[in-house]
Amino acid sequence: MLVGHQPKPFLLSVEGLTVSFDGFKAVNDLSFYVEENEIRVIIGPNGAGKTTVLDLICGKTKATSGSIEFRGKDLTKLKENQIVKAGVGRKFQTPSIYDDLTVFENLEISYPRGRTVFGALTFTRDAAVRDRVHEVAEMIFLKDRLNMSAALLSHGQKQWLEIGMLLIQDPDLLMLDEPVAGMSVSERAKTAELLNRIIKDRSVLVIEHDMKFVEDIAHKVTVLHQGQILSEGTMEKVKNDPKVIEVYLGH
Amino acid sequence: MNDSRFATRSELIGILVLAVFLVVILPLCLDVFRLNLVAKYLTYAFVALGLVICWGYGGILSLGQGVFFGLGGYCMAMFLKLEASSVENTKIQSTPGIPDFMDWNQITALPFFWKPFHSLTFTILAVILVPGIFALIIGAAMFKRRVGGTYFAIITQAVAAILTILIVGQQGYTGGINGMTDLRTLKGWDIRPDHAKVVLYFFEVGLLFACICIAQLVRHSKLGRILVAMRDQEDRVRFSGYSVANFKIFAFCIAAIFAAIGGAMFALNVGFMSPSFVGIVPSIEMVIYTAVGGRLSILGAVYGTLLVNFAKTSLSESFPELWLFGLGGLFIAVVLAFPNGLAGIWGDYVQPRIGKLMGTRKPKAGWTDNSVADGAPAE
Repeated sequence: MLVGHQPKPFLLSVEGLTVSFDGFKAVNDLSFYVEENEIRVIIGPNGAGKTTVLDLICGKTKATSGSIEFRGKDLTKLKENQIVKAGVGRKFQTPSIYDDLTVFENLEISYPRGRTVFGALTFTRDAAVRDRVHEVAEMIFLKDRLNMSAALLSHGQKQWLEIGMLLIQDPDLLMLDEPVAGMSVSERAKTAELLNRIIKDRSVLVIEHDMKFVEDIAHKVTVLHQGQILSEGTMEKVKNDPKVIEVYLGH
Repeated sequence: MNDSRFATRSELIGILVLAVFLVVILPLCLDVFRLNLVAKYLTYAFVALGLVICWGYGGILSLGQGVFFGLGGYCMAMFLKLEASSVENTKIQSTPGIPDFMDWNQITALPFFWKPFHSLTFTILAVILVPGIFALIIGAAMFKRRVGGTYFAIITQAVAAILTILIVGQQGYTGGINGMTDLRTLKGWDIRPDHAKVVLYFFEVGLLFACICIAQLVRHSKLGRILVAMRDQEDRVRFSGYSVANFKIFAFCIAAIFAAIGGAMFALNVGFMSPSFVGIVPSIEMVIYTAVGGRLSILGAVYGTLLVNFAKTSLSESFPELWLFGLGGLFIAVVLAFPNGLAGIWGDYVQPRIGKLMGTRKPKAGWTDNSVADGAPAE
């Protein structure tokens, strides 16, 4: 063993990850590594397997083979709620919020306490919860809407609310699936500002099509194509890769 | 308002109004026969109350609540039947001291699972635990495997059918299609005369309010909000760190236990228990009570049950063969026109008018009794 020459441990190591749906390999022998405090953006054409990769990491889809190691735990063997507890948070592509609850209640449900049946029954809304909800609500520009029914929010506000729900969870790895899709220009700018603020002290895995947005935030970019990595590196490197230009950026 | 642990002001008023209605007005206005009918109806209100939590809030439609109503009822009936089958009461039988239907079926000794029902304490525990554990097993088997929605409803219906067949088929142990009849005393206290009916009525109303309080606590806890959240965005709840299956199992068990308490009170109030309260038709009727009352309203469940049953009694006396069609039509009408039932009508039409008359229209905070998940929230 090379003592004193240990490589820095990765936060997330995906190795040989494969999932096949009835013989179709949506993700095929995929390996990549995410460091602490890294912002990684996954891009690629439709059907490249981007969302499936996030599904595999958060446990929504079970891998056919391969491993996903996160802080020394193999996520492929954990249940969804255990993966969340380990520190992985996931935002879905379409805003998934609770329409029948208020903005406050939406945020409160993600507060990482009282997650068992008994815990939820005895959960009290104390000052710590209230302060945290207010703090996050201010970050996501919804401070004055806390008592509003979440169903009445605009599309962009719903996206922010879901991001806020993840912030309350305070995950070590935050996975965002197209956070600015369907947003107006001004909302997009505000979201970029929001993301830049919340990515401190955590690693973020983002799927996004908006190249301008990707350039703004990405430390490293992974280009997926047909379930495999086509190219990986800085935005500069990826942008000039002829293979990437051919299958994705050229369009 | 929003932080309340138990009830909002308008809910408290609602509970108080219901209490006055059940404790003061009905006993004063009705004779003992009618009051006993109300007591019988109210046993179904327990089931409807459980369905509000399970179906209304949790979105888990169970078409087999008769199973739990029946299990609770049979547990209670077994105790009462044993007491009614004392050696001196049954001395004309070939084996005295066992229930009459066992004697008719050539059974000569009390089966082992009947023996603990000599004890009232055991019986009360069994009324709660047998259905509770049965619901836990069904719930765990279904929800852990992510069986939900229509499939779950069909399976609960199948369970109701299976249990009916089992009860009818095992005549010697259960009394078969006739059920357990001729229940007489509870610890020596005769449950048949009028004054006993009145006492049982008030006891039942007390239990009903205890269950209403539990339902209120659940609904105002974070657990209640998680149930509502799960109904629409199961995945979001799951990926917020909750085990969705466990919450569904909890809601299903609560509903089962409420139904069982109702069943036990049925055996006491009506004086018999039979498989006709277990099967598919009664189970669906119980869902209709909830739908008519408003599946999101705890108090609506009680009113819905009373209303449908009064209609059933008066209509089925005059047109017995038409009643089931009427009930089906009522269900379709409610679902199409008033998805939130009586409580929805109250919240959408009556309450605003009253508010206008009083000149104090309070803003709804989204969690008042009737406005949850309305198509058009008040603000």
